[in-house]
Amino acid sequence: MIAQYGFKDGSGEWFFIVDTDKCNNCVECVKACPAGALEICEDEYDPLRKKPVVRFKPEERKRIKYTCAPCRPGYWNKPPPCVASCEPGAISHSDGWKHLYGKK
Amino acid sequence: MVKAKKIEYWRWPGGAWSNPDIDWQKRKFVTAGIDVGSVSSQAVLMVDGQLSSYSSTRTGYDSTKSAWTAMNMALNESNLKVDNIDYCIGTGYGRVNVPFAQQTITEITCHARGANFMYGPEIRTVLDTGGQDCKAIRCDERGKVTKFVMNDKCAAGTGRGMEVFADLIGVPVWEIGPRSFQIDKEPEMISSTCVVFAKSEVIGLLQEGRPENEIMAAYCAAMAHRITELLNRLGIEEKFAITGGIAKNEGVVKRLEKETKVKAMKTEWYDPNMRDKGLPFDTQIAGAIGAALFAFDMLESGKAKSIRKA
Repeated sequence: MIAQYGFKDGSGEWFFIVDTDKCNNCVECVKACPAGALEICEDEYDPLRKKPVVRFKPEERKRIKYTCAPCRPGYWNKPPPCVASCEPGAISHSDGWKHLYGKK
Repeated sequence: MVKAKKIEYWRWPGGAWSNPDIDWQKRKFVTAGIDVGSVSSQAVLMVDGQLSSYSSTRTGYDSTKSAWTAMNMALNESNLKVDNIDYCIGTGYGRVNVPFAQQTITEITCHARGANFMYGPEIRTVLDTGGQDCKAIRCDERGKVTKFVMNDKCAAGTGRGMEVFADLIGVPVWEIGPRSFQIDKEPEMISSTCVVFAKSEVIGLLQEGRPENEIMAAYCAAMAHRITELLNRLGIEEKFAITGGIAKNEGVVKRLEKETKVKAMKTEWYDPNMRDKGLPFDTQIAGAIGAALFAFDMLESGKAKSIRKA
């Protein structure tokens, strides 16, 4: 399942995207996130799934645009810590930050 | 002193229904699903995976009380008692406030499952137009969510926005859909995204002396456009269905179909037994149906134990 956490407003799309089928709940991204916005918990969208999965903390979802801004996901010369730490490649971001900070 | 007569245009009728053909005395399991949303609460009772009864009511200031009201309405309709229920799952925004639910599941999961039951297994995209948020969901043939997007922040394009609008313009909320087509020419849509700004824009249009029907068309078109933006992020795959309260507003649904170029499935039962009887179909109960089906699955697979007392 592709879970998208965040919001869309007049300034763009601000989503943290997890492919839960790829997630192996290794906790590396939780350790890597400088904002502490990630957590591992039971899959709230699939009650029949046994393994826990990473998610964006509910209280951070409304301010994701600012929470994720220091890492500049999708724009910096290296990927953000959460994406870099994810071995199975389950994590990505929508391109709101890229449009905001990227070179025009 | 002269008192102004208070009419609540936003108020929509709730109700309950039960399937007279189902004899719960012969049941293996009676499961319940309760969907306590921000605006409405629904309870569904299922006997061995078959819809037995449902109710829909308004969520008041107290979600616990609203959950009980919805549950009692459904129970009265089918002559069941709380003690007869084997397992109950709560869903929706106020799911943590349902005292009699054994488990909670998010409404996204439940809506996908409920739509799968109501519209058939070929359903792939579900749009749940809730009271204070919109969710676009993609699911597989078993009703399992494969992708979803939800606006966590903004309430534009939701049921509550339509209620605010109905109250402002002084037209009952169920008349807005049909009346929005009684116009000569499709007007320009309301440009504001926010419900509050949209309200001021509507007031402006009313002051200009624009006909009511035209303003309704402008608002419905704006709402359809807002929802389309969300759907585009997800990508629509046929077949497509809308659940939730806005699905009953043809003014929004037809404009949404026009904008996305995808036909929404008719609000018609997939189950031929139900369809042939011409039974009512309530798009608002999809979440509660999903919860009741999950409860049945849990009991069948042995993941949960029945708590039946009588």
